[in-house]
Amino acid sequence: MKKNNLYTSLSPDPGDTPIIAEHISKSYNKGTAPALSNVSLTVKKGELFGLIGPDGAGKTTLFRILTTLLLADSGQARISGYDVVKDFKQIRSTVGYMPGKFSLYQDLTVQENLTFFAALFGTEVATQYELIRDIYDQIEPFKNRRAGKLSGGMKQKLALCCALIHKPSVLFLDEPTTGVDVVSRREFWEMLQKLKRQGITILVSTPYMEEAVLCDRIALIQNGQLLNIDTPSQITGTFPAALYAVKAASIYTLLKDLRSWNQVESCYAFGEWLHVTLRQHTGDARALIREYAAAKAHQQVTVQLIAPTIEDSFIRLATTNPLQHGTPNQP
Amino acid sequence: MKQLLVFIRKEFYHVFRDRRTLLILFGLPLVQILLFGYALTSEVKNVDLVVINTSGDLLAQQLTARLQASALFNVQEKQLSPTEIENEFKKGHIKAALIFPSGFSNDLIKIQRAGFQVLTDGSEPNISKTITRYLSTIVQDFRQEHSTAALAPFTIVPELRMLYNEEGNGSINFVPGVLALILMIVCTALTSVAVVREKETGTMEILLVSPFRPAMVLVAKAVPFLLLSLANFSVILLLAVYVLNVPLAGSLLLLFVITLLFIATSLSFGLLISNATSSQQVALLISMMGLMLPTIIFTGFIFPLENMPLPFQWISNLVPAKWYYSAVKSVMLKGLGLAYVWKEMSVLCLMTILLLTITVKRFQIRLT
Amino acid sequence: MELLINHKSASPADNNAVIECRDLTKKFGNFLAVDRISFSVKPGEIFGFLGANGAGKTTAMRMLCGLSYPSSGHATVAGFDVYRQQEKIKRHIGYMSQKFSLYDDLTPLENIQFFGGIYGVPARVIKERSRELVRSLGLEKEATKLVSGLPLGWKQKLAFAIALFHQPRIVFLDEPTGGVDPVTRRQFWDMIYEAAEKGVTIFVTTHYMDEAAYCNRVTIMVDGKIEALDTPASLMQQFACDNMDEVFYRLARTARRKDP
Repeated sequence: MKKNNLYTSLSPDPGDTPIIAEHISKSYNKGTAPALSNVSLTVKKGELFGLIGPDGAGKTTLFRILTTLLLADSGQARISGYDVVKDFKQIRSTVGYMPGKFSLYQDLTVQENLTFFAALFGTEVATQYELIRDIYDQIEPFKNRRAGKLSGGMKQKLALCCALIHKPSVLFLDEPTTGVDVVSRREFWEMLQKLKRQGITILVSTPYMEEAVLCDRIALIQNGQLLNIDTPSQITGTFPAALYAVKAASIYTLLKDLRSWNQVESCYAFGEWLHVTLRQHTGDARALIREYAAAKAHQQVTVQLIAPTIEDSFIRLATTNPLQHGTPNQP
Repeated sequence: MKQLLVFIRKEFYHVFRDRRTLLILFGLPLVQILLFGYALTSEVKNVDLVVINTSGDLLAQQLTARLQASALFNVQEKQLSPTEIENEFKKGHIKAALIFPSGFSNDLIKIQRAGFQVLTDGSEPNISKTITRYLSTIVQDFRQEHSTAALAPFTIVPELRMLYNEEGNGSINFVPGVLALILMIVCTALTSVAVVREKETGTMEILLVSPFRPAMVLVAKAVPFLLLSLANFSVILLLAVYVLNVPLAGSLLLLFVITLLFIATSLSFGLLISNATSSQQVALLISMMGLMLPTIIFTGFIFPLENMPLPFQWISNLVPAKWYYSAVKSVMLKGLGLAYVWKEMSVLCLMTILLLTITVKRFQIRLT
Repeated sequence: MELLINHKSASPADNNAVIECRDLTKKFGNFLAVDRISFSVKPGEIFGFLGANGAGKTTAMRMLCGLSYPSSGHATVAGFDVYRQQEKIKRHIGYMSQKFSLYDDLTPLENIQFFGGIYGVPARVIKERSRELVRSLGLEKEATKLVSGLPLGWKQKLAFAIALFHQPRIVFLDEPTGGVDPVTRRQFWDMIYEAAEKGVTIFVTTHYMDEAAYCNRVTIMVDGKIEALDTPASLMQQFACDNMDEVFYRLARTARRKDP
């Protein structure tokens, strides 16, 4: 690996920290809200790191900056020790990148796409076959089909194959599971786990909160700001309040009633349940909630103390972060 | 090098799998050549012709009778003033006018020499030429018949004038024009669209995040269209020479070199457009409006440049196709050599260098 | 928020079901895209319609919206027959899809006027209601700015309000919340609940399985057939799963036609 004096200014050792981003900011147009503001994160070697946030949070912008496609307004970043601005050429031959949109040639067949991308990276499908075999076996029956005629899940698999074809040490996957059905999504995550075991460092972004637990560490992002970076269990473990799941026969009336109760700090629907936190109170919270619900004539009321999910944490962080704006609190 | 070859192969896949591209590549030259070659030089029949025989001259009447006997002309005899004649032309009522001077017979008998005036509508040069040709034949016949009779041998001198297009651009001039047009479409429009499509589908991102040198993307995009346009050039040339009997007077090698030069100019133009735009529609629109229209208007193969206002003539100098058209005409039709086309060739050279410089300077190795 | 729903005009054959489908089938050549599906949806019900890509969801929804004719079977929507009264169906339903719902280069007010106009809402009524609607969505400041400048979440709420603007009895929502942040997603569902409470039937497809649990009843389509149809709680019990995600996974992975 190329040694460079600038390393000294960056604390982590690039040898086992292939992705280092420090204070990255980026605006597309003056006057509009920045796409990224002061984003810093590191990904360790062999880590499966998830960037989790909704559309427009800045995920793609960060990916493009880290893959040398875009210049940040400020801040610096290194991939495998190479600077994303100066050493873009070295980075381009070491990383694998799967953009958010399906970006393969729809008018070429599966086989032709693979051959092309292999050649582009100066290698051949046969030499790299071991790495992609698991994934390729699944699309092999369709190898003479045009990529445009594949299903969503198959397209993602082909795109992953193409991104892996040159055996990259770092893999960037921008929303690989968006718009793909549950079954294909699961298969895709299983593939990522396998790749991780082969020592590939993976940065993956997703809008689906439930996929967070499949990552080693995650960063929650909204409106261009990181809300938190940690392991999924650490993030849910540090949820600052007791969380209760409540349900009753009429869930929407219950939601409205709980929201109008001054004891309630937050109340959000989670499937058939409502997740509720209370303000400062005395006595057993579960009993309090049950009493209130009974007073409002609710039937079949159940209240449980539960462990928060990533989505609970995300909502909590997004709504309590003083820097977060633009999330309308209506209605 | 292998990367580049694989890339170029991929470009050919794109071309041969896209019906629209194929149609433009192979349908368009055929249609244009046939359109210009046949539809626009179709046989002349029932041409409206007015005969002005103010003095009721006898021999003039005999000549008129011959014209009437021919299926080619719809002859009307009228007394019209020069202004009225012009109005008839403008309204499109007539395509030709024959004007006999008052002493036509007299001159013929006394000095064995007389003239009359033939006016034709030069905005349709093909028709004009045909009319003139037929008229001369008829006059020739007329003369021969009468020379055997009582009269002494005489000469009739038709004074020919084409209105609106004095020089009389002929039918064979369209071949260089079509060449310019087709090469421009293939090299500029198709190349720019091919590059921009990669931006639109997002594959450009992957190409950029690969060790493949970004500038080579442009090379890889240009090469297939260079080869395809050379194929097009050959097809058009063969069609022109063997189907339409257009002469190939000058050096084929020189013609080839000039064409290669023009292809280079057009490709640079296409790459510059693809550089500045990010949607296929915009790229196509710029290619069409910005290049095709000027090519049609300012090269001179449809509208004679000499008749345009001066500012337009200056603008025409900026259109690469004008120089190509002029050079091809010189070499192909007039059989002239390098000494006569070096000016056109240097202009094309300069344009190519300029365009390529801008393109390379502007070229982005990142997204914007 | 006031969504201005009232249903004075009852549909002709109101036998208490807003959508009634019996053995509804759609064939493309030999391919059974939708294979004899039957269900009925009650007024004010939130009806979740799930299925993997290619399971036949979109085809089924198109038939119910009056966009394509079934090959066989019967169905009425808002009391109108899907074979003979497609135009009437279109008039009485609202439709919102993630892919297209608003014109980005028009303002919210212009969007409301346009869609109101399409559904034949009188100009005077459009004027009145659009003002109220903009106020209730908190969009007063943005009402005359281009939609393209709005955050995604607001666009979706506006699109939903517009789908309800002509007071339809049923609203079809095709993956309405894709990509939205979790808070806005819940606000969107609040709007759905509110509309349902006022008697509007909600027919919704989604990729978020937790949202499936917000529905009163859920169907899961596999290979063109309805494999499950019940309340989320019963489905979880029936398949012994903790969440809808698991239920869906169990059913969908048995699918034969993974690739269309």
